[in-house]
Amino acid sequence: MEEKEFTAASFYRLLDREKLMGSKCKKCGALLLPPRPLCGQCLGNEMEWFQFSGRGKLVSYSMVRVGTTYYEAKGYSRDNPYCWGVVQLDEGPRISALLQGVDPSHPDSIRIGQAVEVVFPDRGKEEGERNPVTFRFT
Amino acid sequence: MVRRKKKLARDVAVIGAGMSHFGAFKEKDSRDLFVEAFQATLETIQKGFDPREIEAIYVGNLSGDCFEGQAHIAPLMAEWAGLNPKPAVRTEGACASSGIALREGIIAVASGLYDIVLVSGVEVMNKLTTARVTDTLAAASDALYEVPVGATFPSLYAQIATAHMAKYGTTEEQLMKIGIKNHANGALNPKAHFNVSIRDVMSSRIAKAKERGQPIPSWADEMEFLKDPSANPIVAWPMKLFDCSPITDGAACGILAAEEIARNFTDTPIHIIGTGQASDAQALHGREDIISLKAARIAAEQAYGMAGVTPGDIKLAEVHDCFTIAEVLATEDLGFFKPGEGPKAAEEGRTARDGEKPINTSGGLKAKGHPVGATGLGQVVEIWEQMIGHAGPRQVPGVNVALAHNVGASGSTVTVHIFERR
Repeated sequence: MEEKEFTAASFYRLLDREKLMGSKCKKCGALLLPPRPLCGQCLGNEMEWFQFSGRGKLVSYSMVRVGTTYYEAKGYSRDNPYCWGVVQLDEGPRISALLQGVDPSHPDSIRIGQAVEVVFPDRGKEEGERNPVTFRFT
Repeated sequence: MVRRKKKLARDVAVIGAGMSHFGAFKEKDSRDLFVEAFQATLETIQKGFDPREIEAIYVGNLSGDCFEGQAHIAPLMAEWAGLNPKPAVRTEGACASSGIALREGIIAVASGLYDIVLVSGVEVMNKLTTARVTDTLAAASDALYEVPVGATFPSLYAQIATAHMAKYGTTEEQLMKIGIKNHANGALNPKAHFNVSIRDVMSSRIAKAKERGQPIPSWADEMEFLKDPSANPIVAWPMKLFDCSPITDGAACGILAAEEIARNFTDTPIHIIGTGQASDAQALHGREDIISLKAARIAAEQAYGMAGVTPGDIKLAEVHDCFTIAEVLATEDLGFFKPGEGPKAAEEGRTARDGEKPINTSGGLKAKGHPVGATGLGQVVEIWEQMIGHAGPRQVPGVNVALAHNVGASGSTVTVHIFERR
């Protein structure tokens, strides 16, 4: 594993290589997503990388019509909402994700508990920009 | 490890509390609103008070840095209130910034270092566009893992709402009723940002349509108005405009004194009998669950334990309704209602001004307004007025024990305080 530091920089670099990775505590075995250098469960500080399957289920969601300036600059607006949610992975940990494969104008079309999987869309990002964690409905 | 029961080293009381008008003020900056709140506070101290007796100043402020280009706000507020060279401390815990200012002031007086302190909060948000306010507030979530997926505060609380709806069957209509209740209270609060009921808002839209010769909307009542997306647009589904607190400018202050000297200044000191504060994971995805705020439950347990009271003893509470769903969580986390029963209790009027558990008689963050760093002290102002019997048409009779619940961001900071009139 070339990524040594359990940081956001490593996490997003790995995500760009189509790997959803967190850290695993060598002492207690806890899985930590996003990755971190110190285990919040046992305070162990020896970690190894752990690759998640990328499969999970939806915990919560929202369709955003008034977004951040970053998302507005990407073309989202009142008339073109985006959807993000909290996903629980099959391995246990949760992560926030942009959600694809839904019609954000019809919130009733999706339901909590629905199966989702990670995707790695090529969004042609600009210098210094981070591709967000993205999931779609399966 | 032996843990003793937590208590203050000596007792502390509020001897006065006051606020500026809350609203959107194009021509006022934080120092102006702070002076207005400070002067209003001094006027509430019945037996007179020399402000030079204040020994330290605590100022809650979320982001003067981004909202006004003004960091290092505490000594500046002290300067404009004529309180230099007293030590001035800024506290920041997102929207719980002044709940923390209150708590730090209590701890300082209880320690014996000071006998009298000023606790306060201030925020001026309307100098920025709505989009930039959205960004500034979003920075109080997890900037590395929530902001990149498009998190905004309405959408963070929308997550909580969709999860609560899925688990308990909570409905959009039940949440709307909380907005209606809080606006009805705000209509009776002359300092509220929205000093109008939702029916007033509806009537004025109808009047405006008539005046302009436009088609007259046919809303039969407030619920029909709120269900009409042209009147109540979606911000982040299921949170609509009238589920969200407004972008508000304002300041609020309180003066704390050691209990043994409090009666030198007032015949009605309000005793602080419980204080609690807790933290939790910054991101929603890092929490055990998102249909309840664990930090609120822990802070409440601390405050109830110190005060020696139970949820049933609380006669009135000011809770952090930055969004309607947040009031639901508050009333459940504070133990007023069982998990999942908050929406029904609100729907049945149990949290109305004349209900068994009056919640947000000030209008709450929804109608009184939410100048983020000032909100925690704004809650104390309502509790002070209610407990000394100066709440005018909002007065709830016999409030001898009251509670304030202040939440930072989506729940990673929470403070809870319990007050008693003896």
